[in-house]
Amino acid sequence: MAPSTTAGSGIDGPAADALLKLGRFFTRWDETTDERAVFREGGRRGDVFYRDRWSHDKVVRSTHGVNCTGSCSWKVYVKDGIITWEAQQTDYPSVGPDRPEYEPRGCPRGAAFSWYTYSPTRVRYPYARGLLIEMYREAKARLHDPVLAWADVVGDPVRRRRYQQARGRGGLVRISWAEAVEIVAAAHVHTIKTYGPDRCAGFSPIPAMSIVSHCIGTRFIQLIGGVMTSFYDWYADLPVASPQVFGDQTDVPESGDWWDSTYLVMWGSNVPVTRTPDAHWMAEVRYRGTKVVTVSPDYSDNTKFADEWMPAQAGTDAALGMAMGHVVLKEFFVDRETPFFTDYVRRYTDLPFLVRLEEKDGAHVPTKFLTSSDLAGAPEAPEEAWKTVVLDAAGSPVVPNGSMGFRYAESGTGRWNLDLGDTVPLLTLEGDGSEATEILLPAFTAPDGSGSVLRRGVPARRVDGHLVTTVFDLMLAQYGVAREGMPGQWPSGYDDVASPYTPAWQAEITSVPAEQCIRVAREFARNAEESGGRSMVIMGAGICQWFHGDATYRAVLSLLILTGSMGRNGGGWAHYVGQEKCRPITGWVSLANALDWARPPRTVPGTSFWYMHTDQWRNDGYSADSLASPLAEGHLAGRHTADAIAQSARLGWMPFYPQFEQNPLDIAQDATDAVERGEAESPAAYVAKAWQDGTLKASIEDIDAPANWPRTLVLWRSNLMGSSAKGSEYFQRHLLGADNNVMGTESPETPRPTEVAWHDEAPEGKLDLLMSADFRMTSTTLLSDVVLPAATWYEKHDLSSTDMHPFVHAFSPAIDPPWEAKSDFELFHLLAQRLSELAKSHLGVRKDLVSVALTHDTPGETAQPGGRVLDWKRGQAEAVPGRTMPVFQVVERDYTAIADKLATVGPLADSLGFTVKDVTYRLEEQTERLAHDNGVMLGGAGDGRPAIDTDSKLAEAILTFSGTTNGELAVQGFETLEKRVGKGLADLARGSEEKRVTFAQTQAAPVPVITSPEWSGSETGGRRYAPFTVNIERLKPFHTLTGRMHFYLDHDWMTDLGEALPTYRPPVDMHRLFGEPVLGSTGELQVTLRYLTPHNKWSIHSEYQDNLLMLSLARGGPTVWMSDRDAALIDVHDNDWVECVNDNGVYVCRAIVSHRMPQGVVFVHHAQERTIDVPKSEATGRRGGIHNSVTRLLVKPTHLIGGYAQLSYAFNYLGPTGNQRDMVSVVRKRRQEVQY
Amino acid sequence: MRVMAQMGMVMNLDKCIGCHTCSVTCKQAWTNRAGTEYVWFNNVETRPGQGYPRRYEDQEKWRGGWVRTRRGRLTLRGGNRFRKLLTIFASPVQPELEDYYEPWTYDYKALIEAPLGDDFPVARPKSLITGEDTKITWSANWDDDLGGASEMGHLDPIVEAVNAARGEANEKIRFEFEKTFMFYLPRICEHCLNPSCMASCPSGAIYKRAEDGIVLVDQDRCRGWRQCITGCPYKKIYFNHKSGKAEKCTFCYPRIEVGIPTVCSETCVGRLRYLGLFLYDVDKVTAAASVEDEKDLYEAQLDLLLDPNDPAVIRAAKEQGIPDDWLDAARRSPVYALAKVYKVALPLHPEYRTMPMVWYVPPLSPIVDLLAKQGHDAEDRDTLFGAIDALRIPVDYLAELFTAGDTEVVTRVLQRLAAMRAYMRDVTLDREPDAGIPASVGLTEESMRAMYRLMAIAKYEERY
Repeated sequence: MAPSTTAGSGIDGPAADALLKLGRFFTRWDETTDERAVFREGGRRGDVFYRDRWSHDKVVRSTHGVNCTGSCSWKVYVKDGIITWEAQQTDYPSVGPDRPEYEPRGCPRGAAFSWYTYSPTRVRYPYARGLLIEMYREAKARLHDPVLAWADVVGDPVRRRRYQQARGRGGLVRISWAEAVEIVAAAHVHTIKTYGPDRCAGFSPIPAMSIVSHCIGTRFIQLIGGVMTSFYDWYADLPVASPQVFGDQTDVPESGDWWDSTYLVMWGSNVPVTRTPDAHWMAEVRYRGTKVVTVSPDYSDNTKFADEWMPAQAGTDAALGMAMGHVVLKEFFVDRETPFFTDYVRRYTDLPFLVRLEEKDGAHVPTKFLTSSDLAGAPEAPEEAWKTVVLDAAGSPVVPNGSMGFRYAESGTGRWNLDLGDTVPLLTLEGDGSEATEILLPAFTAPDGSGSVLRRGVPARRVDGHLVTTVFDLMLAQYGVAREGMPGQWPSGYDDVASPYTPAWQAEITSVPAEQCIRVAREFARNAEESGGRSMVIMGAGICQWFHGDATYRAVLSLLILTGSMGRNGGGWAHYVGQEKCRPITGWVSLANALDWARPPRTVPGTSFWYMHTDQWRNDGYSADSLASPLAEGHLAGRHTADAIAQSARLGWMPFYPQFEQNPLDIAQDATDAVERGEAESPAAYVAKAWQDGTLKASIEDIDAPANWPRTLVLWRSNLMGSSAKGSEYFQRHLLGADNNVMGTESPETPRPTEVAWHDEAPEGKLDLLMSADFRMTSTTLLSDVVLPAATWYEKHDLSSTDMHPFVHAFSPAIDPPWEAKSDFELFHLLAQRLSELAKSHLGVRKDLVSVALTHDTPGETAQPGGRVLDWKRGQAEAVPGRTMPVFQVVERDYTAIADKLATVGPLADSLGFTVKDVTYRLEEQTERLAHDNGVMLGGAGDGRPAIDTDSKLAEAILTFSGTTNGELAVQGFETLEKRVGKGLADLARGSEEKRVTFAQTQAAPVPVITSPEWSGSETGGRRYAPFTVNIERLKPFHTLTGRMHFYLDHDWMTDLGEALPTYRPPVDMHRLFGEPVLGSTGELQVTLRYLTPHNKWSIHSEYQDNLLMLSLARGGPTVWMSDRDAALIDVHDNDWVECVNDNGVYVCRAIVSHRMPQGVVFVHHAQERTIDVPKSEATGRRGGIHNSVTRLLVKPTHLIGGYAQLSYAFNYLGPTGNQRDMVSVVRKRRQEVQY
Repeated sequence: MRVMAQMGMVMNLDKCIGCHTCSVTCKQAWTNRAGTEYVWFNNVETRPGQGYPRRYEDQEKWRGGWVRTRRGRLTLRGGNRFRKLLTIFASPVQPELEDYYEPWTYDYKALIEAPLGDDFPVARPKSLITGEDTKITWSANWDDDLGGASEMGHLDPIVEAVNAARGEANEKIRFEFEKTFMFYLPRICEHCLNPSCMASCPSGAIYKRAEDGIVLVDQDRCRGWRQCITGCPYKKIYFNHKSGKAEKCTFCYPRIEVGIPTVCSETCVGRLRYLGLFLYDVDKVTAAASVEDEKDLYEAQLDLLLDPNDPAVIRAAKEQGIPDDWLDAARRSPVYALAKVYKVALPLHPEYRTMPMVWYVPPLSPIVDLLAKQGHDAEDRDTLFGAIDALRIPVDYLAELFTAGDTEVVTRVLQRLAAMRAYMRDVTLDREPDAGIPASVGLTEESMRAMYRLMAIAKYEERY
C-alpha cells in the first residue's frame, strides 16, 4: 500500500526556488524538475582522479606467511614497480552447487600487509650490535680467521658479557651481508667444534604458512646436526588430548565442513576473530537450521551469532563438559539405550575393553588394561602384551583385531583393523556372574586443586584370575551415573549440588545454569542421534591453553565420542589453534629434516627445552606430586618438574638437548673406536654403558654448567622473544643475559631437584649468538646480535596450505626484495656456503652421536609395555638403548659439503624412501622424475642428484614427494597400508594416479589436494574433509593402544595424576603453588585477577600489532580489557594507564573498560610487544614488557610420558605444552603521566 | 513515470563479523594518502556505540538531512538552500577533529636507529597533524566490541532515543554484563535518491550519475565550502585538509564500470554484501521523501522501487534510454530481491528523508537467559518465533536505526529469518518440510528456498 504523499511536495519554498533558479542561470546541468538532484552523464573530468588511482600495471597472486591458518590467496596490485595494495582472490575451485564457497578469504590484518613493504620499521639492511662488531673486527684483524676471531671474543668472559648486556638496548649498526653471514657461520663452526652441534638451535614455527621457507632453514640446521625446537606443543596449541585419545597429532575438518553440521558449539574458540575468513560458514549454516551455542566467559565476538550463550567462568569448562557427559550417559545409555551410540562406541572406542581392578584401602582401584598376555594359554610373543581384551556376549574373553599388538608384529599382518567379526563386545559387565565392586576414584573439585576420593561402584567379573570391569562401567562410575545395586556414594539427581559431575554441581563452579547445561546436552545428543553424528564442537585456545587443557579437552571430546559424532562430515571436534596443516607433509617433513642425507634428525619439545635453558625451573614453586591424585602410587613423589624432565629424557620418552656434557662428535669417535677395539658391541652399547657408569653425563643433570648451554640460536619466520616466549623476562635474564624485569627471587623453600645440579649463582647469558631474520623490527630483532633483512611474502616463491581449506597455493614475488632484503631460501644458502668453506680447516668430515626418543608410529612405541615406569638408573630395568633408554645412532657429517647437500635431493630418498605415520613411500621413480623436472647438480657432494637450488624447485620437490599432491604416491601409500590393515583403502585415491599438483598449477590458482594416507579423512568424490572418516568408514585403527579412541589411559603417571579417566581439574592455584596474591584480593588501587591472553582482533600473534592501519582501528598500543566492576575497584577509567605485575615481570598498558568482560579476569591480547608506545614501568623503572612478561612456564608431567603406544614422542605430536592461561596478576592503576 | 537506474547495496548484518576488512581494503585502495588520514569511506561501527564521527546521528547538533516543513515541503535541516548561499562564508556546522580523531603514527625509525642506550627502544606515538608527541585518546573505531561502552554507551544517540521512547515506566538499556548485546554496522555513502549533500553544495560540485545513481564530488568544481558535510546526515563526506576538497565514497565506479564489485563488497569475508541495480521512478522521489509520518518513509521508499519484470516499467525504462543489459541486471538484482521481494532489507535512518540506497538486513542475536530457562529451542519454530521479542538486541534499538522506530517492521523481518531457519532444518535433516512455516511469514516454500539460497549459499555471481 502506498503511503499518502503530500500534494505539492517539493524542496524549500517557492521563493527560494526562484532565487536558486536565478543563481544557476549561468551554469547548466541536468537536474530534476524540482532541483532536488543534479544528474550528469558519464565521462566527466571530475571522475579522473579516482580512475587514475585505480589504475595498475599488474596483479600478482601471493599470500601471507603468518601463523593464522588462513592460507588465503591474495591479489597484490603493483604500479610502477611499487606494491600499492592487496585484495582477496575469489577463484577457489567450487565446493559444490548447494554450498557457500571459500571466496573471498582474507581479513583486515592481511589487507593491511602491504603497509610493511615500505614501512619505517622495515629491516632494509643487515645489522649487528655495534659493540660486537667492533670486537669481532678487532679479533679478526689480529687472528686472520673468522672462526678463531669468534672464539676469541666469546672465549673472553668480559667481552662476551659486554655485548650480551647490550642486547635489546639499541646500538645496532649496518653491516654487509658478507660480514653478517661470516659471523653467523663462524659462530656455528666454533660451537660445533668446541661443544657439539647439539648446542646449535633453530626455531621456526608452522611450516604450512610458508613451506619452502620453513623447510630450507630447518634443512640447514639438521644438516649440521643442530636442534630444532618444537612449536605446536610449545605454543600450547597442541591439544595433548589428541594424542591421548586419538593417537594423532590433531586432524580436523576444513571449515567448509561446518556447513554439514546440524548442531554447532563454539567452545573457547572465538571464530570471527581467530578464523576470520572461515567464520561465514558458521553464520551461514544457521540458515540451514543449525543451532549455534557458544561457551565463553565474556560476551565474545562469536556470541553475537549464538542462539545460546553459556558463560562458563574462565578455566572451568571441564566441569560443564563433565556434567553434560553425565546427562548424555544417563539419558542416552542408561535410562534408554540408543543403538546408534552403543553400536558406535563398541566398535570405535575403548569402552568395551577390560581393565583390571586391584585392591586398595579396603576397596578397589582400576589399574591396567587386561591384555592377551594376562590370559591363560596366551602365546609367548611380545606383542601379546599390546593386545587388549573384551568379553563377547557370552562373557568369554576375546582379543579383537586392531590393537597395538597387531600393528608392527609379523603376526598382525592384515589384522590391524577394527573388524569385530561376529563378536559383539559387552559394554557393561552388569548381569549374571558379576560382582558389584566398590571402587575408589580421584576427584579434584576443591578450588585449590587438591584431590579427594570418590567411592563408587562397578560390576566386575573374574577373567583368568583377574578381577576386571569395562571402561564403560568405569565411565558411569566416574561420571556418577547411578545404577541399581552398585555400592558407593552416588548423586541423588541432577540437582545434587554436592556430588561431582551433576548439572547442579557444575553450576556452582561455572555459573552456567543447570537447566541450560541439561538442555544443551540433551539437544546435542538428540541431534547426533537424529542426524547420524552431525553434532560438532569448534574448540580452541580458550580451553586448550590451560595447564589442565588436556583434561578439559577430554571432557569435551567424550561428548562427541559418546554421541557417535567423531569421524563424520558435519560432526566431531573442530580444534582450531595454530594447527595449520602442511598438506604436502611427506615432502616437507622429509626434506626439512634432511632425511635424504642423514637420519635421524635432532628435534626437541620446545617447552622442556626452554623451561630448562631459561632457568625457569629454578623459580618453580612446586614439586610434581603436588598435582598428584590422593590414590597415587608415588611415581612422582617428591620430584621436581626438572627431575621429571630428566627422567623422561633418560627413559627415552622425550628427547633433550644437548645430550651429554661431552661433544657428541667426540662421543661418536670414542664409540666407534671402542667398537673397533672390540670393547663394545655397538656404538649404542658403548654409550649406554658409559652413561650407566658415569663416564658420560647427561647435560640435563647439570643444565647450568657452561658446557651444557645452548650457544647459537637461529630464528626465522618467528618472533620468539616477542610472542611465544612464556616467561619472556627469564629468557632475557638467563638465556640472553640482557635487561629484564624478573621480580621474583628463588625461594629457599622451593623444593630443589634431586637429579639436576643446583648452582647457587644462576647463569646469565648462555647464548653466544642470537641471529634473527625478519622484515620488521620486533622484540626479537631488538635483542639479536645479528639481524638479517628478510624478503616479505610478496617478494618470494613459496607454498601455503592449511587445514581450514583443501587447497595448496603459491606465494609469488610481486616485486624483487627491495633494499638488501633476501629470502630465507637465499639466506640459508649463503650461510651454508660460508659454513662449508670455514669447515674445511676447522671441521672436515666428522661422526656425530645422535640420541633420539622412542617415537610414535614406529615400533619404538611398543618398547615399554603396560605403561610402567621402570628406570634403569634406579635398577628397575636394564639399560637397553631403544627399549629402556633413548635410541643412539652414529651419523656422518661432512661439514664441508653442507651447501651441496642443501641444494640437492640426497640418495637416501631413493634407497630408503620417506616414511610418514609408518607408511613408507618408495621414491625411485619420483626422484628420477624430479631430476628431469628440476635438472641435476654437477660436481660436489650432490653430483648428479636432483637440484633444489631455487625456491621454486624446492617447492616442486615438496609437491612431488607428497601423496596429497602426487596421486601416484597416494595410491602407493594406500596399497602399502592395505597390507597391514587387511581392508580395501587404495580405492580412496585410485583414479588420481595421473594427478600431480605442480608448483606452476599452484601459481595459477588454488589447487585441491588428493586423498592420501598421510591424513585420516577422505575427500574422495568431492566430500569436505573431516578427520577420521577413513578410520570410521574403512575400519582402519586409530594409532592407539587399543586401536580405538581412548577414554581410559592406564600409564603409571596418568594414574598417579588422577587422570586415567576424563575429569575436571580447576585452574592451577597460583597462590598455593607460587605465593601470588589470592584472586580478588585488593589493595590500594590494585586488584588480583586472572590474566588471560586470548588472540587479538588486531594482529596475528605479534604480526600486525605494530601495523599503523591496525593500530588506527584499535587503541593504538598495548591494552588490557577489564570489566567495569573490576575497574571501579581500582578507580580505573577507559584508556587509563595500568600495570599488570607479578613475580615474573610487568606489563604496562592502557585499560579498555567494558561491561562485556566478566568480573575477575583481564584479557591481555596475545603478543602485544614492547615496541609500540610502551613507557617505563613504575614497578621497575624499566621499559614495560610484552604480554608474556607476566607469564611463566608450567610443565605438566603427564605430557612427558613416552614409549607407550599413543603416549610416545613425535615432533609437535606430543610434548609438554607451554601453557600460560593459569596466570594471575596484580592489576594496578599507575600515574597517568608516563615516561619513555 | 521517469525510470532511472540506481546501484544499490544490501548488507546482511546478521552475517557481519565486525572484522573491518572492508574498511582496510577500502582505505588501502582509496584514502591512504596525505589529507585523508582520518577518512574512512567505509567504516564499521560496533552498536551500541557512538559511531564515526562521534554521535553523527545526533541531527539536533549536526543538522544533517532533510526536514519536512509544516507546509509539507522538504527543507535541509541545516537551513534552506537560499540561507546557505547567504551564509556561505560562515563556518558550517560540522564535526571537528576531536569528533573524528587526531590521526597519528609512530616514531618507528627509533626501533632501527636507536643508539646504544640503557633500555629497549620504543616507537612513541606522533600526531600526523602536528608531528609532535601525542597521546592517543580516540580513533575511528574506539568503541570496537563495546570497548569503553560501560562508561560511554549511553552517549549512543540510538540508546538515547530508545530510552526516551521507552518512557519512565520501562527499563532502560543498561550496560551490564548480564545484559550485554552488540552487533556491527558497516557504513559507506548511502548514494541517496534524495541526497542532502548535493542539495547543500553551493558550487554544484556534487552530482548523481545519471546512469547508475552514484553520488560523486567533482574534484575540479569543489570549492571546499564544506556545506555538504553538514548536509549529509550520515557524515559520509569528508574534507581533505591537504587538497581543500570534499571527498566521499565513490561506490568504486572505476571498478563498477568494468563489471567488478566495489572493493568493500568483494573483500567482505562475511560474504554479506550484495550489489545490484534498482529501477525507480525519479519523479516520485520528492513526494515519497515528504510523507508526513516518518514511519511511512520505509514503505514510501519501497514504493519508489519499480518492478523490473513489469512490462510498463520496461517500456518506460527503454524510453529513457536504459539499455537492455541494464534491465537484465535489474531483473537479476539481489538487492531488489532482498529489499522488495523478500522484504528483509531495510534502509538506514529513513527519517533523514534522503532515501538512502544502502540497505540492511537486521541481525538476530542470542536470547536472553531468562527465556533460555523456559526452554527455548531452535528446532521448535513456535518458541523461536516467540523469542524474537526476547533477543538480546532490543527490537526497538533496531527500529530506531532502520524504520524510524517502527518495531513491527523489524519484528516481521526477524521472523522471516527465524522461519527460514526452522523450515530449512527439516530440509537439512531430510524430514518432511513444513509448508506452514513459510506461509506463516507470508512466503511460499519456493520463495523461502530462493531467499535461503541467496542469503546462505550466496554465490559470488548471485551476490553481485
